[in-house]
Order: sequence, then structure tokens, then C-alpha cells
Amino acid sequence: MEKKEAKVVVNHLTKKFGDLLVLDDLNFEVQEGEFLCIVGPTGCGKTTFLNSLTRLYEPTAGDILVNGIPVNPKTQNISYIFQEYSSFPWLTVEQNVRFGLEIKKTPKAEADANVEEMLDIVGLTKFRNYYPSQLSISMLQRVAIARAFATKPELLLMDEPYGQLDIDLRFKLEDELIKLWKKTGTTVLFITHNIEEAVYLSEKIMVLTNKPTSVKTVLDNNLPRPRDVTSPEFVELRNKVTDLIKWW
Amino acid sequence: MKNKQTAKMSKFLIISVLSVCAGILAWWIVTDVLELFRSNVLPSPVKVMQTFMKKWVETKPDGATLLQHLFASLKVALGGYLIGAAIGIPLGIFMAWNDKIDMLVRPVFDLVRTIPGVAWTSVMVTLVGIGYMSKALVIFISAMVAMVINSYSGIKQTKTVHLWVGQTFGASNWELLTKVAIPSALPMIFTGLDVALGSAWTTLVAAELLASTRGLGFMIQQARGIFRLDIVIVGMVVIAITGAILSTIIRKIGNKIVKGGRLG
Repeated sequence: MEKKEAKVVVNHLTKKFGDLLVLDDLNFEVQEGEFLCIVGPTGCGKTTFLNSLTRLYEPTAGDILVNGIPVNPKTQNISYIFQEYSSFPWLTVEQNVRFGLEIKKTPKAEADANVEEMLDIVGLTKFRNYYPSQLSISMLQRVAIARAFATKPELLLMDEPYGQLDIDLRFKLEDELIKLWKKTGTTVLFITHNIEEAVYLSEKIMVLTNKPTSVKTVLDNNLPRPRDVTSPEFVELRNKVTDLIKWW
Repeated sequence: MKNKQTAKMSKFLIISVLSVCAGILAWWIVTDVLELFRSNVLPSPVKVMQTFMKKWVETKPDGATLLQHLFASLKVALGGYLIGAAIGIPLGIFMAWNDKIDMLVRPVFDLVRTIPGVAWTSVMVTLVGIGYMSKALVIFISAMVAMVINSYSGIKQTKTVHLWVGQTFGASNWELLTKVAIPSALPMIFTGLDVALGSAWTTLVAAELLASTRGLGFMIQQARGIFRLDIVIVGMVVIAITGAILSTIIRKIGNKIVKGGRLG
């Protein structure tokens, strides 16, 4: 009997800021290639959670293992797409996409190929020599997505990347993301406060409680793709998640 | 878009030229036309222009031609300024980046930066005598202060999310500094270079008034002593024009180096 090794294992993850307990003993596993959406009430520490996961914040207690070893961005191939616009204004679109590859010292030929591929997928090939100040908001977020995928990460963390986009653009970029995820087989942890978005994207939905944050439950999401936001099954799952998030 | 910008620029240029001309015209009217002032109190623009032309070859009354004075001043100003930049920019960057360096240097720096550059003149003259060194050192101090302050705040203003992008890709501390923080701080560093140029140039003239044998400030001081206001004004005009030219050069270099339309 062969047990599939979990990609990400989180054991007793706890984070305090002084006396304020933000993350309270989180335990869960994520399988290789899984798309996990993390939802929870506003201000429940979702961002703190991802930042602890990448060691941007040092956790107060607990382990985070990726491929069985403690997480370390220096040796493991992780990418993070932030809530804020994070493209570097001093680099062109192409240079932005190449940034992670340069840090990781990827051989030039491979880096060139990855950059071309990503620019093509997000449709920015024509804008490769533009600077961020010349781009629209949706293009900026695409630059961030292309930059994150260009290093072919084993683990991709996304913190409400589409939170500030209008609904048309969000749908378009969500479909693009699903396409990229299927193509690359990356494990994705996607934080959102938008339940519809979570149901639309995920294979699993993790619901967090209000502060101090812990895992309330994890739901499987086996709706067939492409998903229809108006189908009864979709609405049912959405309502179920909504009920779980209510703390009143 | 380029053409539109150029059109707008040339419009501005016309307005700027007109305002300068209007100023000179008013000056000419109150002096030569209405004769409200005597020529040793406020010489007319025509008189200043004549003196300006003469001063290219004449060494009277201060012992050197205009060009010799200008070069003497430039040599002092640029010498002090360049060393100020070479030390001030890295110092500001490392103070902002490293807490230990910050704690070590900051107290001394905070004391020094409140002292006006000119106040150092007497100390420097006592230390190294009247000459190139004392003035260059005074300029070095005042230029360096502006460079440190601007590079420091440039690095401090680096957006956290930009550093996080580097960190999550696994960048080392040195890579975070050279690939994220410094590129992000470049516009502020160039502002520092511009501000420092201004303070170097003003400090220079003040320093030359006190301790000098040649230079634009010295020329003004000598002329003032014998009521040659026309030479004083020639000196002032040359200082203004040279300052503007140097500042334009710095901005041009800045626009070449700072990418992404981030410099005004």
C-alpha cells in the first residue's frame, strides 16, 4: 500500500504578536498539485497565515514542512502573489517576469524560454518593454502572475490577488489561473474573502474561524469544470461555505 | 504623445523666456530710462552687460578674469561635491539598511547636519589654512549631508511588498539591497544629488567671501569693497547660470539612469 506524501504539512502552527494570539494551533495537509482555497471572516489572520507559511513572519510555534523539510524560500521553489500591486516600477514587464529566475540563477536559455512562455500565456508579449506606470491595473496583476509562474514553483501562494479587480476581469483572470494551474501542476494555496471565487476555483476549501484563527473545517469541492456559478450544485456549496463563515 | 510633450515644452520655454525678459526690461526702465537709482547703487542692465564682456579679458580690480574666477569656483565646488557624493550616498544607503551602522553613525550625523555648512569655514581655515582644501572640505560637508538624508529616506521608503517579493523568491540580504532597495531608492538619490548641488554651490560662494584669493565669491567680495555693483551683479548672474546648467546636467543623467518614468 502506497501512501501519497503530502506536499505541505502544517503542524501546530501558532503566531503571536506580543500578547495577541493570531494563529491558534493550525494543523492541515495539502496534497501535491492540489488547489486549496482558504476562506474566513474578514480580519481573521489569513494574510498572517500565508506570511508565516513563507517565513516572512517567524512563527511563534509549530512546523511547516514542504516536501518533508522545513519551509525555506532560499532552497525551495515558492512563489507568492500579493494583494498589493507588487510589480517593480523600475523594471519593464519582461524584466519583472524574469526577476525570480534571476534570483534563482536559472540558466539563461531556460529563463528565456520560461519568460517567453509566460508573456505569451498572460498576453503581454506586445507590452514586454513597457514599464508598470504605463500599464492598466489588470495588466499589472498579470505581470505579477507571470512572474510567479515563471520560476515553475512547486508551491504557489496567492493572497486575494483579484480582490481589487472588477467582476469581468476577475472571471477572466480566474479562468487564466485555472489554465495555468492545470498546465503546470503547481500546488496552489489561494486566500480569498470572496466565497464565490473560492467555490469557482478550488478543489478543497479550508474555512478558518474568527481570531484567534484555527481551522474550522475543510470541504471537498468536486464540481465538474468548467464550473457554472448559477448551477444548483454551485449555489448549494456556496451557501454551505457562507453558513460556515458566519460567526454571528 | 512625444510631439504633444515637445509642443508643451516649447510653450513653457516661451513663457520662461518672456518672464526673464520682462524682469530685465523692468530693471532697465527703473535705471536707464527713469534714472531712479544712481549707477553705483543699482547699475543698469546695459552697464552690467558691458562689464560682463569686459571681465572676460580684464583682471582689474580683483586680479583675475571672469573665466579664471569661474574655474576656481567650479574646481572647489565639484571637488567637494563629488567626494561628498562618493561618501554620502553609500553612507546613507548603509545607514538605512543596517541598524548597527545606523546606531553608530546616526548620533554624530544628527549633530553635524544641523550646522550650516558655512559655519565650518573658520574651523577649516584654522585647520588647513586659506586655500583649496578648506573650501573643498566645507562644501564636502554640506553636500554630503544632503546626500545622506536623501539616500537614507530613499532606502527607508522601499515598499515592504517589493522586499517580500524578493524574499519569497529566496533573495539574499545583499540581493534585496542591490536588486530591490537601491533601484527603488534611485529617484530619491538623484533628488539628493540635485539638492546637494544647490547647497554645494551656495556654500561655495559664502565660503569664498571669507577665505579666498580667487573665485566668484571672492570677486563679488572685492567688487563690493570698492562699490563696483556692476561686477557684483555680473558675479551673481554667472553663479545663477552655472548653477542652473549643473542642475540640468544632473537631471539629464538622472533621466537616463532612473527607469520607468519615476523622476518628475
